[in-house]
Amino acid sequence: MTVVIDRTGDKGSKREESPVSAAARVRAISSTKGGLYQARVPIYPKLVHGFWRRVKWALLIVTLAIYYITPWIRWERPGALPDQAVLVDFAHGRFYFFFIQLWPQEVYFITGLMVMGALSLFLVTALFGRLWCGYACPQTVWTDLFIYVERAFEGDRNARMRLDAAPWSFDKLWRKVGKHLAWLAIAFGTGGAWIFYFHDAPTMIRGFWTGEGPATAYFFCALLTGTTYYFAGFMREQVCTYLCPWPRIQGAMLDEHSRQVTYLKDRGEARGPHKKGETWEGRGDCIDCNACVVVCPMGIDIRDGSQLECINCGLCVDACDEIMDKVGRPRGLIAYDTDAAVEARTCGKPAVYKPVRPRTIYYASALFAVSAMMAWGLTHRSVIDLHVLRDRNPMSVRLQDGSVRDGYTLKIANRTFRDRTMEVSFSGVPGALLKTPGSPAAPGPLKVVVEANATRSARIFVIAPPGAAENTKTPAAFVVRDGKEQVLAKTVFTTGVVR
Amino acid sequence: MSDREVDEHSGVETTGHEWDGIRELDNPLPRWWLWIMYASIAVAIVYWILMPAWPGVHGYTRGFLHASDRAAVVGKLAELKTLRGVQAARLTNASLEQIEADPELQAYALTAGQAVFGDNCASCHGVGGAGSKGYPNLRDDVWLWGGALEDIQHTITVGIRTGQPGARVSQMPAFGRDQLLTGAQINDLTEYVVALSRRPADKAAVARAAPVFVEQCVICHGAAGTGDQTKGAPNLTDGEWLNGSRREDIQSQIVSGRGGVMPTWGGRFDPQTIKALAVYIHANAGGR
Repeated sequence: MTVVIDRTGDKGSKREESPVSAAARVRAISSTKGGLYQARVPIYPKLVHGFWRRVKWALLIVTLAIYYITPWIRWERPGALPDQAVLVDFAHGRFYFFFIQLWPQEVYFITGLMVMGALSLFLVTALFGRLWCGYACPQTVWTDLFIYVERAFEGDRNARMRLDAAPWSFDKLWRKVGKHLAWLAIAFGTGGAWIFYFHDAPTMIRGFWTGEGPATAYFFCALLTGTTYYFAGFMREQVCTYLCPWPRIQGAMLDEHSRQVTYLKDRGEARGPHKKGETWEGRGDCIDCNACVVVCPMGIDIRDGSQLECINCGLCVDACDEIMDKVGRPRGLIAYDTDAAVEARTCGKPAVYKPVRPRTIYYASALFAVSAMMAWGLTHRSVIDLHVLRDRNPMSVRLQDGSVRDGYTLKIANRTFRDRTMEVSFSGVPGALLKTPGSPAAPGPLKVVVEANATRSARIFVIAPPGAAENTKTPAAFVVRDGKEQVLAKTVFTTGVVR
Repeated sequence: MSDREVDEHSGVETTGHEWDGIRELDNPLPRWWLWIMYASIAVAIVYWILMPAWPGVHGYTRGFLHASDRAAVVGKLAELKTLRGVQAARLTNASLEQIEADPELQAYALTAGQAVFGDNCASCHGVGGAGSKGYPNLRDDVWLWGGALEDIQHTITVGIRTGQPGARVSQMPAFGRDQLLTGAQINDLTEYVVALSRRPADKAAVARAAPVFVEQCVICHGAAGTGDQTKGAPNLTDGEWLNGSRREDIQSQIVSGRGGVMPTWGGRFDPQTIKALAVYIHANAGGR
């Protein structure tokens, strides 16, 4: 299933020892044992310190904080409207985001947001590789958190490996039980926070514990608790390699000028163990210590080159820098670099970086265009919405005095938070009278009250005096006005033969 | 299948497919994948036990949960009736003014009325209520038995010429078929009726028919031919013709005195439904 793109080539130098990375072990096992299924080879990422690790911790705190705190932010709205800043109100068909309120028919704004998200992802990936995967993806963030908990209970890589290999004892039992309980608590927190996005959070949290919450709340809480526990605790890197489509799509965004976590083989090869005091002449800087392999949460060896599994998280960069400091060689043997630069240096040429290239220009301009359209749409959207449905059966009715009457149903939406009295007028037929079922016919505009944040359906008859509308179809229009706000909807006035 | 060979780099068998020099390794499925398949089978067995699943000769296995969509629908319909009960009760007691002043109640009446109209009335009066030859148009301002809400409500309740007690009845004599008038008199009378609707007619014939009209027709259609809604007698001057406007249509009507039948709905619908239907028809005809 796994496609290996071997960019480093150089198979001759590969040592025939037992492979170190989990990915390599999987390959080794599947080549010897066939069979129906493949057991996961456990990965024990070692704790690493360094710049990128600190960035990852910071982003972990920020993203989790956003997730847990957002539903609790209050935002004053008039009347009985919810005071939650971010709320997806399925019951009433409204989406609230601070000062923005979207109706179901405006879901294209969400679509636009998703298009913007996709384009940003394309652009960032073309420039810097899979930064999303390595730093911001929920799968990565929660897995990182779960590994942190695992480390707290079971110790670092070597201790965990020993513990797993050891026979069952009280020590092993309480560590394992403690870890799983902590995981479940975090998972429950995750599932629990999710439901607050769909209901008023303070009401929901009381209702949830008193058993008065809606069934969907319990269902989704349980679902997300389960998936978080399973995905971050057990599936981990398999979510990325087996379930997620993005690693498979990324190849279309990446090229040799994308800056991504790269082993600088021009500097590192030929690799080999190095004793203190030995010369660095005639050999590479890589001392083959496997520090980059043991810290990798995906279980790969970055020195094999750009790989599908690599999430570009930079932990191997930190690990290698630490080693380079110890052996007294310059940092950056593994670094955010481009394949083109490595290639150039291998050939003895200076490295050239090209962040501006056709691909990034396309992505950036598409992103800009969509963002501009979204911003324009959001600032220019009307707070009144008008749809006119013309009666089609019968299209028109002839009255005793020879005048012709057409029926229309107007759907007037009031997206503001106050009741509005709209003035409905009709143009296109001279001398036409307007009436509703309950009012007498009048030439002037009709008044229709539309409640705050609601849609009113109004039945309106237009009566053309005899001879006023000679054509079978006369272009006409309804205008709905409230103060300075007005919207126009085109329609036609028909005088078809009734019988 | 093309050649399956072992990839020398990874030592794994390939599927034999090659794209641009990239070959696909044929690694086995992950174990969790297999587990999910086993779990799905287990869920299916549990489902068979709990839910209706297997068809038999005289029925089907009902499952221990006794789930039934049919029973659920019956329950939901009963629930709906209770839910509608409040609005329906308000509608029964409300006057037209009260209904029009209450957008919520009006919307309920119009929606309910439209559904009932589509199911029961549209077959004769048309989906939009525009009628056709012999079936009155309910959308214009011409009414045989009155266009006030109460009139419409009463007409629906009792029906027309159904033979039921209390039904609205009017019977135009079949002047020709029953030989109450001669052929020449009927021809003259036809011209007279054409003239009533302000169309060109044979003046001599009109003059000859005038005494016949007074003798035979005025009692129902009135001296000016404007009809009488209490008797269900159509207005002959308004240019609207239930059974056709051509001379032969009018003549045929005088000869045979046709009259349509509308069912008595009072026994089939509850009063709320009839009220809703009346509100819908009244509003669609332009209201007041």
